[in-house]
Amino acid sequence: MPETLKVLVVEDSKATRELLASALQALAGLEVVTVVSGFEALKVLPRHRFALIITDINMPDINGLELINFVKKNPHYKDTPLFVVTTEGRTQDRERGLQLGASEYVIKPFEPPALVELVKKHLKL
Amino acid sequence: MTERRPVAEFVAEATEIVEGLSRELLGLDERRGEEPDPERLNAIFRAAHSLKGLASLFGHDRIARLAHVLEDALDALRLGKVAADDALIDAFIDGVDVLSGLLAMASRGETDGPAAERALALAQHIETLVAPAPEKPPALHELGVDKAVLNVLTEYEEHRLRENVKKGVALYMVRAVFSLEDFDQKLTALNAALKPLAEVVSTLPSAQASDEARIAFDLLVACRQPAADLEAVIRPFGATHALLSASVAPRPSAPVPVPVTAGPTAEVSLKSLSQTVRVDIARLDRLMAAVGDLLLTRTNIKRFAEGARAAGGGLHPMWAQELSREARALERKLDDLQKGILEVRMVPLGQVFDRLARLVRRLLRESGKEIDFEISGGDVELDKLIVEELSDPLMHLLRNAIDHGIEAPDKRASKGKPRRGRIRLRAANSGNHVVIEVGDDGAGMDDDRIRDEAVSRGLLTTKKAADLQRTDLLNLVFLPGFSTRRQVSELSGRGVGLDVVKTNLGRLSGLIDIVSERGQGTTFVLTLPLTLAIIRALVVQSAGRTYAVPMSSVLEIVAVRPSELRTVEHRQMLSVRGQTVPFVRLSQLFKLPETPVDLHYVVLVGLAQHRLGIAVDHLLGQQDVVTKPLSARLRDVPGLAGATDLGDRRAVLVLDVPALVSEIVRPQASP
Repeated sequence: MPETLKVLVVEDSKATRELLASALQALAGLEVVTVVSGFEALKVLPRHRFALIITDINMPDINGLELINFVKKNPHYKDTPLFVVTTEGRTQDRERGLQLGASEYVIKPFEPPALVELVKKHLKL
Repeated sequence: MTERRPVAEFVAEATEIVEGLSRELLGLDERRGEEPDPERLNAIFRAAHSLKGLASLFGHDRIARLAHVLEDALDALRLGKVAADDALIDAFIDGVDVLSGLLAMASRGETDGPAAERALALAQHIETLVAPAPEKPPALHELGVDKAVLNVLTEYEEHRLRENVKKGVALYMVRAVFSLEDFDQKLTALNAALKPLAEVVSTLPSAQASDEARIAFDLLVACRQPAADLEAVIRPFGATHALLSASVAPRPSAPVPVPVTAGPTAEVSLKSLSQTVRVDIARLDRLMAAVGDLLLTRTNIKRFAEGARAAGGGLHPMWAQELSREARALERKLDDLQKGILEVRMVPLGQVFDRLARLVRRLLRESGKEIDFEISGGDVELDKLIVEELSDPLMHLLRNAIDHGIEAPDKRASKGKPRRGRIRLRAANSGNHVVIEVGDDGAGMDDDRIRDEAVSRGLLTTKKAADLQRTDLLNLVFLPGFSTRRQVSELSGRGVGLDVVKTNLGRLSGLIDIVSERGQGTTFVLTLPLTLAIIRALVVQSAGRTYAVPMSSVLEIVAVRPSELRTVEHRQMLSVRGQTVPFVRLSQLFKLPETPVDLHYVVLVGLAQHRLGIAVDHLLGQQDVVTKPLSARLRDVPGLAGATDLGDRRAVLVLDVPALVSEIVRPQASP
């Protein structure tokens, strides 16, 4: 029995969150944990060992960049791959995300199969 | 995106976003000319941004495109690249209208419609309004802010930082350490405490974890007050601060003492922060119908219990007592349940007021008149179904006020009135009812014109028209086909008259009155029940038939001898504490056989300022009833609001008090 890999999805739009979750859940051996804000992400991070984090940039409490900075500088999480989900046009925010250590960026609207391919690549599934 | 996701889910979330967008825009609209509140601008931007993402994800390209254009314009606005001028704000307000239209189309599965064309034109219009000439902003390093902090700022946060520096506001780094368990509440509280004196530009969770149960945050704060004030605000939170301002700047990376906050470590909650559910009103109706049935069962049990106690014989006295006690307990619980469901159905009128405000502001701009529009009482709550049905009648009255009520500025000036007119929309609770007023300070209604119009339309003889009192004359405007409009204007020319407004309100068991003074203005007063779902009723009997009278309009019950009645102008009147009130026998109203009596039981009903005495043969008591629609045969009988069941499986008719009041208290015109 292979180990279940946990993916954290941080996204404040319910519909986008559910779409992300359903796309990822289609992958065997993945467990998806979804939260609606950066604050919630900070709360769940210590409770699980995540194999991947996918975060939105534009969120009401702390922004996605602040979350990436927190994850990438924290000795416990710094090796966890992290994807940024952004809308097209916000190039500065996207570049900063990559500078801070995000592995990939996904532009909304995204095609679920393409996202799934990226996830497979990073998790070596 | 090739595949279409479930539409209802999309429409629900998108509608919520658009409503939020609309609310914030209204705030922006009200403060035109002032520098917009950055937080509000950012909220509007975020709404447009979320909508764009959502719509493109679900393949609603038209909505996504318009939201995108709005987002870009709002982005330029919040980054200070363009100014919040009238043209742009108007375009945003139109944008909300068009988005609502597009969402309505999406929910009906339509792909073409006027909203689609407007969307395209509006998107182009907005693009031309936002000039694309961004200057390269200067570097931020010299501000003394750590590069590590600058790197995590979004473009917007960077702009806010720059704005504050430009204004000479001092920058601080505030460090706070909270328990992992409740840091979100603590941070929210800290933000709220800081708000009056400072702007929190960025909230950075610190990567250097002190221990597993706690988390540190660095807040980049622009503080407009002296450092001592900042210190006083943050001290209760156990937070410390360091000044960052370029000239004095000690490096923020210098170690800052980390205070220890108390508090046990508990299980981290994974619950969603959202605590609301959306419910289809039809489900609440079904629940309410079930409660209605339970109420009937309760009545039967009570009757049975009382019977058992009185009769004694068949049932053991202890059981009879027990049964009574249980019946009372059931009654209390059912009351709670009923109250609970009613509370859930209640929504603030603000929901419909916001929508109206948007339309009114557009109409005002198109009308070319100078008018202030005031709204109050948006927090007054009414049954969701009633609130939904109110928007058309209220819109009609507001259109009328803009179009016919308020005079042109020059005409107002010549009458010695201020050039700017005023239209008010307000709501207030009044006992079991809600009163909504739509008022203007315009010309008021013209008696002569109403009289002429009524006569020329054959609604009234010249003689009768001349005899009518002003209040009765004003009520003529509610007759079908009545209109004093000399020309159909662009605003009101929709072919809907005040008679439709009155009929719609009647359907909601509401009443409409006019207060109008020549030269002073006109106010329409709408009196509405809080809910139609369940009502407390007085059960009465007349000519052997049972009727229910909604208690909300019953003022009192008086006993009157036939000899005490007086006849004034062919109408029977009754005197209640010096006030003369029209009197009618219920049997006479429904053309039932009338029998002479020694004493009339008169149910005195009232709505707004109107009073009516309805005589009945017997009073049977009070009961909660769920009103059901009338059968087709009875639907057109005036004076009936619906039918109900009192538990003895016989249908009982519920009186429509507003209809009876307008039928009897106000004389109807006849040729």
